[in-house]
Amino acid sequence: MSKSIGDLKKISSQVRRDILRMVHNVQSGHPGGSLGCTDLLVSLFFNIMKRKEKFDMNGKDEDIFFLSNGHISPVFYSVLSRSGYFKINELNTFRELNSRLQGHPATHEGLPGIRIASGSLGQGLSVSIGSALTKKLNNDKSLVYVLMGDGELQEGQIWEAAMFASHNKINNLIGIIDYNGQQIDGPVDEINSLLNLEEKFKSFGWNTFLCDGHNFENLLKTFDDAKKRLKDNKPVVVIMKTIMGKGVDFMENSHKWHGIAPDDDQLKKALSQLDETLGDY
Amino acid sequence: MERREYNFTEKKDTRSGFGDGLYEVGSKNKDIIALCADLTGSLKMGKFKEDFPERFVQVGIAEANMMGIAAGLTIGGKIPFTGTFANFSTGRVYDQIRQSIAYSGKNVKICASHAGLTLGEDGATHQILEDIGMMKMLPGMTVINPCDYNQTKNATIAIAEHIGPVYLRFGRPKWPIFTEDNEPFIIGKAKKFVEGNDVTIFATGHMVWQALEAEKILYQKGVSAEIINIHTIKPIDKEAILKSISKTGCAISCEEHNTLGGLGESISRIISENNPIPFKVLGVNDSFGESGKPIDLLSKYGLDPKNICKFALDVIKRK
Repeated sequence: MSKSIGDLKKISSQVRRDILRMVHNVQSGHPGGSLGCTDLLVSLFFNIMKRKEKFDMNGKDEDIFFLSNGHISPVFYSVLSRSGYFKINELNTFRELNSRLQGHPATHEGLPGIRIASGSLGQGLSVSIGSALTKKLNNDKSLVYVLMGDGELQEGQIWEAAMFASHNKINNLIGIIDYNGQQIDGPVDEINSLLNLEEKFKSFGWNTFLCDGHNFENLLKTFDDAKKRLKDNKPVVVIMKTIMGKGVDFMENSHKWHGIAPDDDQLKKALSQLDETLGDY
Repeated sequence: MERREYNFTEKKDTRSGFGDGLYEVGSKNKDIIALCADLTGSLKMGKFKEDFPERFVQVGIAEANMMGIAAGLTIGGKIPFTGTFANFSTGRVYDQIRQSIAYSGKNVKICASHAGLTLGEDGATHQILEDIGMMKMLPGMTVINPCDYNQTKNATIAIAEHIGPVYLRFGRPKWPIFTEDNEPFIIGKAKKFVEGNDVTIFATGHMVWQALEAEKILYQKGVSAEIINIHTIKPIDKEAILKSISKTGCAISCEEHNTLGGLGESISRIISENNPIPFKVLGVNDSFGESGKPIDLLSKYGLDPKNICKFALDVIKRK
């Protein structure tokens, strides 16, 4: 059942609190990109995707989501638990010994909601294409979504996959780019620029959409339009402008919070900016 | 068991065994998908492509993408078989196999042709001699290197039934056929070709025939060699290895692979931990290959029957 925009905002606020508390607890992990993709993942899991309540690895007759930029695992784990795949208290085990919540997502420990390991970048688009092909072969009309980072697009495998997807008319796949312009060593434009990303995808034979990754109305409408455009027999990519560290003023727009955990004072300050809407884990 | 001397009436490439095995399992099991990176003819996947076009995925020259797609295909129950040269099936895509297939526990069959020196004239860029090592180090990966056309065909059929990632290694040249065409392939179970008492020769892949040729020479010299085919390098048949060496008291191993990281190292570990008898590893001694005819390359790098005999006699002396 779809959530209202107001409800989605509340969930996002709680997910952002989860992210900060998880990363703070182990003084390890990646808060910046996680905060930036919170509104997207909340929209996907609570409104956009048609999914079943119980997790099944094969994901037949339900939409499937792959996280290619696995380092933003905190937002993935929080949204999975808040969606009911596992108990929220388990978020407390993030990155700890014997946890199912590994530093980067893994299937190995059997965490519901994860269908592929990711972390070594550039592999998720290929995996999502394979999954989309299987859906076609199984006459399964549901869709596959895959999120990639913008810095991740520097990996060559992404472009192997991008060529393949349009050549083979993979029209049940929606790629999403977290376009925050930042990577570990600095702004993407300074490290290895993507130049005109929309034109790149267009020239690879994809239909493209631009959207504001922090405006729920815009997110929902963009994905609604994106689904309709799959009728063109082309894969679709949504280039989603986001702010790394979104929701915490001192973290916003800086690559410095890519992989650094807040200390006690910083956590307190950050949490004061985010309402506890659903109860902390 | 009476000594049997192996001969052959026909030579055929092991890659054709793969192609025919793939076609056979593909005819019966509609979940089998074949993927290829622009080497359909070389991998003998043409018949599968022709008869099951909807289950054949041509990825072009993009092996990393092929491994990722294969991993994704398993989600929803497909059984993907990837096909390219051994070098591009392993070294080029190690991280993709490691993360998206092995660590993720995906049911992908990585089928690799043109392995080892016997690739021949193309030279060292294509003659991978490190692939067994790379693949056997991955947790959960099954590693198989069959010895002739029939065994490759039967192994291809067997891995379709096995759940979990598999690396299947085979080669390019026409090679003697000396196993039975309908012999069921049992993953992880070593095959004894010749019963012997003085020395055990463990061999894998094309080197099994070389070992059988060496056995004939040794027999003429009055040496009774036991020939054991370790087609499954992982999980290795520890029991068969220990049983044989407890009888013969010395052994050698033969493989068309670097001596570092291959079959020999797996056997030496079993021997040193359980029954440290004299043992020598025959393989390519930490070097790259080069261009040449397959049989000439095997001779130059010491993988011929003559050198196998020398190794065998050396360990017998050390008993």
